[in-house]
Amino acid sequence: MDQKPFSQGLLSSEADSQRTLYPYVTGTSVVALKYKDGILMAADMGGSYGSTLRYKSVERMKSIGKHSLLGASGELSDFQEILRYLDELILYDNMWDDGNSLGPKEVHSYLTRVMYNRRNKFNPLWSSLVLGGVKNGEKYLGMVSMIGVHFEDNHVATGFGNHLARPILREEWHENLSFEDGVKLLEKCMRVLLYRDRSAVNKLQIAKITEEGVTVSQPYSLKTFWGFSAFSNPTVGAEGSW
Amino acid sequence: MSKGMVEVPPKGGFSFDLCRRNDMLAQKGAKAPSYRKTGTTIVGLIFQDGVILGADTRATEGPIVCDKNCEKIHYMAPNIYCCGAGTAADTEAVTDMVSSQLQLHRYHTGRESRVVTALTLLKRHLFNYQGYVQAALVLGGVDVTGPHLHTIYPHGSTDTLPFATMGSGSLAAMSVFESKYKEGLTKDEGIKLVTEAICAGIFNDLGSGSNVDVCVITKGQKEYLRNHLLPNPRTYVNEKGYAFPKKIEVLLTKITPLKEKVEIVEASDAMEE
Repeated sequence: MDQKPFSQGLLSSEADSQRTLYPYVTGTSVVALKYKDGILMAADMGGSYGSTLRYKSVERMKSIGKHSLLGASGELSDFQEILRYLDELILYDNMWDDGNSLGPKEVHSYLTRVMYNRRNKFNPLWSSLVLGGVKNGEKYLGMVSMIGVHFEDNHVATGFGNHLARPILREEWHENLSFEDGVKLLEKCMRVLLYRDRSAVNKLQIAKITEEGVTVSQPYSLKTFWGFSAFSNPTVGAEGSW
Repeated sequence: MSKGMVEVPPKGGFSFDLCRRNDMLAQKGAKAPSYRKTGTTIVGLIFQDGVILGADTRATEGPIVCDKNCEKIHYMAPNIYCCGAGTAADTEAVTDMVSSQLQLHRYHTGRESRVVTALTLLKRHLFNYQGYVQAALVLGGVDVTGPHLHTIYPHGSTDTLPFATMGSGSLAAMSVFESKYKEGLTKDEGIKLVTEAICAGIFNDLGSGSNVDVCVITKGQKEYLRNHLLPNPRTYVNEKGYAFPKKIEVLLTKITPLKEKVEIVEASDAMEE
């Protein structure tokens, strides 16, 4: 093995080109919750290139195998790479042809190992993943961060959703939400994110996974309200001020 | 007559002389003492008759809660109150200073103070200090021109808003406002919404906690509801109570009530006329 001069340090500039330093094309938050029949997940369709809104039709939620749904925020190229890994995983699982198929718990565990191992090599996949699914009547919703932090919960949110959606979900989520209530709650969270997250776009998809399978809705927009009187006339009583 | 250097009066504004020395010390590895910050969730909203302000009551010094029940809603004028987030000393000092300036202005003009007056005094002061006075404020009040609500940032910029949140818990509180606020709320609905927003900050943000303070300002009157809600009561109290350690022998117990040397006359609040 050739000797690298020690003065270059352990993480030299040559090795830097081999590892992820910053994300380039990113997706913003994903919000998901468990409801009566399965999992509901919502994500908008924006892909930002720094501060430019470069891509406006990015599908950030994909079905995995028969029982799972994966949503991702963060670096989109890493999401696509993860999809390829999962493709291979599901393919090998199908080749066993033994009537058994990987459920959401197994996929979540696989993703955790992948993310954690990459982080240990200082070359992370710069994404936050949300994994939801239903198998044999059991609902499962979990999350993996880019450094391998993973947990399972009744409702999860990534990115800005951590700060803006989580308080709403903690207050208003309850067991056995109906489909309509679940969608309303998700839309409430997505609307707040639309108002207050600069990288959000008003074009979102809601995906549903139940025992029967995955349905990803068509993209649609949320209605917003801007008609406050303080917005239309902020300097009432003090003309000329700001 | 005087030989040597002529005494030049100091130019106004902040003296940045010590900043270079502080930088040099920080480079050498000396850690500066941390400020007492108010972590915080502060909110304000406009309802049909006026303005409601709300705040949590936790003050932090780094990772430690140094005051479990501090007051973050500061008096500015009988009809104007101001919530403060950021460095506690800065918010206290700047609101105190502008409150006195408003009082003098009231004597000078003989009229009730206007919210935009307080706003302009505060923003001029903060801009002058280029963000070094770390006070982020939510200013609300009702004057002759109607109810007003403003946010003021440490660098001196201001916004006029129907509902506002500031502090580390501002995102949690804003998520509640963005989903539930509408114009023309009644007083009870407004208080309920403000309390919900502060509770979202208390339970979802580590820099905010303890109790909820609310202040309702309407034309001609105000209600300062200190500790309007106490969602974090102390639930465990040791039944054994306090006992002197075994080694200490109590020889004599004598209780002397303190004598009042000066008679305290309960005057009406010296602050208000």
